[in-house]
Amino acid sequence: MKIAVLMRAVPDPVEEFEIDGEDLDRDYLGFVLNEFDDHALEEALLLKEEIGGTVTAYAIGSADEVEQMLHTAIAKGADEAMMIGEDIDPLDAHSQAAAFAETIGPVAYDLVLSGVQASDELEGQVAMLAAASLGYPHMSVVVSVKPDGDGLKVTKEYWGGITADYRVSFPAVLGVQTAREAPRYVAVARIKQAQDSGTLASVDMPERGNEGRIHITAMRLPDTGEGAEMIEGDEEAAAEKVYEILSAAGVV
Amino acid sequence: MANILIYAEHLNGQVTDASFELIALARQLADSTGASVEAAIIGTGAGSLAYQLGGADTILVGESNELGEFNPQGHAAVFTDLITDRKPAITLVPYTSIGMDIASVAAATTDLPLVSYCLGVNADDGLSATCQLYGGKVEVDVQVDGDRAIFAMLSGCASADDGRSGGAGSEESIDVSVPELGIEFLYLTEPETGDIDIAAEEVLVAIGRGIESEDNIEEAQELADAIGAPLAASRPIIDQGWLPKDRQVGKSGLTVKPKIYLTLGISGAPEHLEGMRDSAIIIAINSDPQAPIFGVAHYGWVGDLFDFMPELTDRLEG
Ligand SMILES: Cc1cc2nc3c(=O)[nH]c(=O)nc-3n(C[C@H](O)[C@H](O)[C@H](O)COP(=O)(O)OP(=O)(O)OC[C@H]3O[C@@H](n4cnc5c(N)ncnc54)[C@H](O)[C@@H]3O)c2cc1C
Repeated sequence: MKIAVLMRAVPDPVEEFEIDGEDLDRDYLGFVLNEFDDHALEEALLLKEEIGGTVTAYAIGSADEVEQMLHTAIAKGADEAMMIGEDIDPLDAHSQAAAFAETIGPVAYDLVLSGVQASDELEGQVAMLAAASLGYPHMSVVVSVKPDGDGLKVTKEYWGGITADYRVSFPAVLGVQTAREAPRYVAVARIKQAQDSGTLASVDMPERGNEGRIHITAMRLPDTGEGAEMIEGDEEAAAEKVYEILSAAGVV
Repeated sequence: MANILIYAEHLNGQVTDASFELIALARQLADSTGASVEAAIIGTGAGSLAYQLGGADTILVGESNELGEFNPQGHAAVFTDLITDRKPAITLVPYTSIGMDIASVAAATTDLPLVSYCLGVNADDGLSATCQLYGGKVEVDVQVDGDRAIFAMLSGCASADDGRSGGAGSEESIDVSVPELGIEFLYLTEPETGDIDIAAEEVLVAIGRGIESEDNIEEAQELADAIGAPLAASRPIIDQGWLPKDRQVGKSGLTVKPKIYLTLGISGAPEHLEGMRDSAIIIAINSDPQAPIFGVAHYGWVGDLFDFMPELTDRLEG
């Protein structure tokens, strides 16, 4: 089975965000692999281990954002890694999806896996937009992909713990929420080894079809303290205050 | 003004709150623009649930055995055809496990702009929306070019009760024939129920990724025991297998409304907030002053949960 994994770099959610006009101030931001893409890669590697085949990891973004995650994908067991484009509006999901679809379409993969969502997908989910351009069947919020005869048995999660099982034939695009196993760790030495063993292939970004149809007119940090009474002082003061709240509510 | 079309989702014999929220939102937009509201309901069971969507002016019913309750590919194809046929100005889809299979594909196929992660939509001066990005850490206002768009709405965009009430929309059947599908719906599975029902508890101590490792769960459990409350958690804790699935709060877990919801190391992503936002008192402990959880909390402390937990445990046992 030939599997493609689509990955994106997103601003590290634990960092302090600063806003510069209508965008984040990106100069000092750290970027990390979208956590759901990490699950997509894991599911791809699990499938490869079960039934054989190849896994190719694709990532969109500038070299300094994505190189490390592609080398990591190789170190974890991907057969190939490919960088797409350098100059892309990170909020432009349509161009990202078009770039993925145009790059992977001609290779005719059996299965395309990507994270179900990314934190910056203002214009729609890249995985599903790519599915539409490829004309492949699609499913979001996937929590298990298992080989089943000449196709796959795929579990989708709804809410309240309800799931549904589906039979899916090839080709298909799946938006992965959680892999069957927690994404594997890989030693830094192995990543270094992948880094040393060759440069990454890269392809250019295709032109965008539907230039700028939604525009950000304002960006702000929500007033997170709004309404919340912030407890001042050290942990002792915090514990005392929380104790008082619990007592006042009559629950301790 | 042209119409407003909403995607009404249903599962396991129930129309979801998210669908009623969209009806309520569509009604507000219709009042300010004079549009009429059409609600589409598709798949096995659609016919018998359609009457609940009376808040819409027209209910487009696509009963189908072949599609099952929800077929990502099939339902998206039927809904996309509807958009092409009815040419709504505003299309509203819930940003849920179901809507995620509809909105992007419909936008790409009809070549309409899509605005995702929406908190609200406004049609007074062209189409605009307010959205959440980066796990709720940033809010943006967006303006749409042109006079038609699809909006994927986060939970809580309007009151579900308002969408549930009143009206007597007329029903109309729609064509549900689709080309051969690569996806076949097999069956739904309901969750196993464990010994504790977190939805029935007065107090919950909810832990998130800030807890860092499985070894640290014990310390959180000690605190929870001292309060006499069970542990609940955000999704990553459940995905790691550190707590059972029936302790998960949020979009794909349970919705809880305890008297006190104490969070330790939970960022407050929209998918978590939708499961706990209505708790009577929310207390948040987080080291990041920008964490969105402080936006819904009643009390907050910025600091290290590993400093906080033993202090409170001692205070309770002391
Ligand atoms: C379809 C779908 C459904 C989902 N359903 C759910 C759901 O049901 N429930 C759910 O919770 N999520 C759900 N998610 C996942 C959601 O998007 C977030 O990824 C998740 O809620 C994040 O969990 P978290 O807050 O524990 O982790 P993070 O976002 O990583 O936050 C960890 C927080 O801990 C803080 N922290 C770290 N160390 C410390 C310390 N020592 N002391 C104090 N604070 C510290 C950090 O500042 C950070 O704010 C869903 C996602 C999708 C796509």
